[in-house]
Amino acid sequence: MHHDQERAAQQPPEHLESVTIRFAGDSGDGMQLVGMELAKASARQGNDLATLPNYPAEIRAPAGSLSGVSGFQLQFGARRVYTPGDKPEVLVVMSPAALKVNLGELRPAGMIIANRDGFSDRALGLAGYSSNPLTDGSLAGYAVHAIDLGTLAETALDGLGLAHKEVARCKNYVALGLLFRMYDRAPEPELASIRARFAKKNPLFGEANARAFRAGFDYAENTETLPRYHVPPASIRPGRYRHVTGNQATALGLTAAAHLAGLRLYLGSYPISPATEILHELALLRQHRVIAFQTEDEIAAVTSCIGASFGGALAATNTSGPGLALMSEGLSLAVMLELPLVVVDVQRGGPSTGLPTKTEQADLLFAVHGRHAESPLPVLAAATPADCFEMTIEASRIALKYMTPVLLLTDGFLALSAEPWRIPEPAELPRLKVSLRTDPKGFAPYLRDPKTLARPWAVPGTPGLEHRIGGLEKDFVTGAISYDPVNHERMVEVRARKIAGIADDIAPLEVQGKPEGELLVLGWGSTYGAICAAVGAARAAGKRVSQAHLRHLNPLPRNTGEVLRRFRRVLVPENNAGQLGRLLREELLVDTVGLDVVQARPLKVGEIAEKIEELLQP
Amino acid sequence: MSDTNPTPNLPPLTRKEFESGQSVRWCPGCGSFSVLAQVQKTLPTLGVPREKFVFVSGIGCSSRFPYYLNTYGLHTIHGRAPAIATGLKLTRPELEVWVATGDGDALSIGGNHLIHALRRNVGLKIILFNNRIYGMTKGQSSPTSVLGQKTKSAPFGNIDLPLSPLSLALGAEATFVARSIDAEPKHLGEMLERVARHRGTALLEVFQNCVVFNDKAFGGLLDKDTKADRQLVLEHGKPMLFGKERSKGLRFSPRTFTPEVVELGRDGITEAALLVHDERATSPGLAFMLAGLTPPDFPTPLGVLRAVERPVYEQVVHENERIAVETQGLGSLESLLGAGESWEVR
Ligand code: SF4
Repeated sequence: MHHDQERAAQQPPEHLESVTIRFAGDSGDGMQLVGMELAKASARQGNDLATLPNYPAEIRAPAGSLSGVSGFQLQFGARRVYTPGDKPEVLVVMSPAALKVNLGELRPAGMIIANRDGFSDRALGLAGYSSNPLTDGSLAGYAVHAIDLGTLAETALDGLGLAHKEVARCKNYVALGLLFRMYDRAPEPELASIRARFAKKNPLFGEANARAFRAGFDYAENTETLPRYHVPPASIRPGRYRHVTGNQATALGLTAAAHLAGLRLYLGSYPISPATEILHELALLRQHRVIAFQTEDEIAAVTSCIGASFGGALAATNTSGPGLALMSEGLSLAVMLELPLVVVDVQRGGPSTGLPTKTEQADLLFAVHGRHAESPLPVLAAATPADCFEMTIEASRIALKYMTPVLLLTDGFLALSAEPWRIPEPAELPRLKVSLRTDPKGFAPYLRDPKTLARPWAVPGTPGLEHRIGGLEKDFVTGAISYDPVNHERMVEVRARKIAGIADDIAPLEVQGKPEGELLVLGWGSTYGAICAAVGAARAAGKRVSQAHLRHLNPLPRNTGEVLRRFRRVLVPENNAGQLGRLLREELLVDTVGLDVVQARPLKVGEIAEKIEELLQP
Repeated sequence: MSDTNPTPNLPPLTRKEFESGQSVRWCPGCGSFSVLAQVQKTLPTLGVPREKFVFVSGIGCSSRFPYYLNTYGLHTIHGRAPAIATGLKLTRPELEVWVATGDGDALSIGGNHLIHALRRNVGLKIILFNNRIYGMTKGQSSPTSVLGQKTKSAPFGNIDLPLSPLSLALGAEATFVARSIDAEPKHLGEMLERVARHRGTALLEVFQNCVVFNDKAFGGLLDKDTKADRQLVLEHGKPMLFGKERSKGLRFSPRTFTPEVVELGRDGITEAALLVHDERATSPGLAFMLAGLTPPDFPTPLGVLRAVERPVYEQVVHENERIAVETQGLGSLESLLGAGESWEVR
């Protein structure tokens, strides 16, 4: 084995189409940072990529413990990269605990880069190892590179006058430098960015980290045992790009929507994983006239939005399943008041507290049906982290145009994973025209636009439009309180018809591949990437399979039934127990085949590919 | 139409212009009528155009209030009015946002929202109609029902200790806390005016008679013969005197430092020994003591217990926004999209 690697190092770097690398260590090891820096460098060199951090549920789990391991996975490639990758090919571990937690996911014959210094007797004990896996032969099936990252850092930083602890904290940059060399990334921009990052706060640390990075890079350069790879640039649509996580894209999308509509953005929000980052992002945007208000609970989050919306703001709230449950009553009020409002549900594993930092798609039926009485509202879902930007604007558009609360579903996977996002030109974005009612002539609060069925938005402060509305049923014409039974039925019907009519105002369901045939894979939400990769591979292998993705779940695009019926079978992969399948049967009387994974983790490309294979068996 | 919507330089508004014309659906004799009348009387005197007023309410008899005023109004869901009003006031600080709520609405289901509005000092004017009963659902105990009070849900007498809305408000650091009673329209009108002029959250508890389910709950306070002995009408800077002859007073016992009722002239006690009301005291101690006074041992305080100044929440929010715009420039779609670390793909 040693001999093979030696040869590999001497040969020109091997070309790779893509690679999936996972970094793992204690929360304090800085693995997220290393992963993100490698991601940025890969983007700079023209690769497509996707990333996903993995945080422990505990904030400060004991150092060295299995529960304290955090990670970061990254896939970059010379082709379109749809997901952060199923199983990593390379595992970079800083400690025995990190190895133990992640080894099961490493591909057979995968590569392990281990920080040998970190495998002390104490650390081995904490991780429950009775002997050192780096030396006891138990990793024989893998390509193991045990490197003293800590020692390399110490040597490189000798004479800088840093304390031992501070030197030890630089070892993640040694690892970063090493990977830069291995994957043929240019070191100069990184060195400059490290120095720039610390220039203000502590130039000495900047120097230390730069030296650590260099030491790692040089080590990989000079050692003969480490392989070298080259991942050529992918063909990517030209433009300006930045990294966004789904939560960042959601915050940006909401702010952009407010600008496009010429309204103030109000966010009423109560902290809940994995949605809270949206509040953090928006709290920074005061200069955009964003009011990001931390409420006392989710009930206040949604109801304060109702107040802000009554006052003429673009009101939004972000939450996760348990919070959405608390918002249910308020949402029905918003349905009754017919006020615009955007709710972003960043779904997580449940029920109850469930798996609060993990992903799931199990709020779909709750989003569509989860309110008392006849209380319909539009439900949308974002497909990728960057798509969260577009879909928040779409949710705002529908809310404002139809005077209705709108629910946008994202999830823990989209929320935290990042991908390069082509920053749109302002002119590419839709105008969200809002016309506040000012003319008192013929005004009645529930007189509807004949086309959209939306009622007028008449905000306080407008002379002559003083009016009172509330949760009580209203007269169809005057909007005054009405207990008339027939009127009630008419109001229920018109509220439903308004929402159903949105189907005429959304993009039809598009099919990738042949428009009819044996098998259609239909997804919604964050399964998009895995489905694309699986279907793409199947088609490349000559399989007859098509793909479609729903971004509007209520109402469904008009042509959904027709599209589905053109295929002999429809496979619906979901991170739940088959909720879209049920919804489709209920709405369209179409039967589907489910691939239901409820393991609070994203769907894997491999499991979808397998299912496609199985369904295409003659 | 614009001539019916005067701006401050047009003739002042009249009470009539604040009547919505909707038939009022409270039971005949309900104490809420008096509150409505006083509010309709007070609003035109404030020099604020009618369209600037918004009344927000929750659920309960008192929460029908917005329907009877020709202003903007939102009749919402149980307990949430302070939260809804907060969202409105934060985004539209120039509006006059009032909240009409009841003892069940504000103190039971909506207790959380109430305390947070108070501690933040959002510019809301909250009228809390306290009738010590659930009226709309026909007679169950409320958080202010007294011990032993027979209700439909406590047919053998209420065993839940009632809470004092005023103590609760003070505990939540409220900057304005006052109490009045439906049957004293003049006092009620004065209190409403004080509420209207306060900067920050103002909480006015109004003892309101529910003729149907809890009639004469405040009867003792109003009885001609006893009322002078039972009411302690607070006036800022004045000694705490009460009684028909104004011969009784309140002082802190020099020995136990707890409040006690004293008779002027007896044991050489003069007015100088009495407590002097200071609604502006920084410490809420005196107000707390007053909020805790209950019959039969003590008179019931009416008036402003506390009126202090503290930064007003929405003003702080908007001031921070102004500074952000001043230092970073007003955000635009372009600046939003242009922010952050980016790279070019050619
Ligand atoms: S039930 Fe009581 S509080 Fe309600 S309207 Fe009738 S009298 Fe007034």
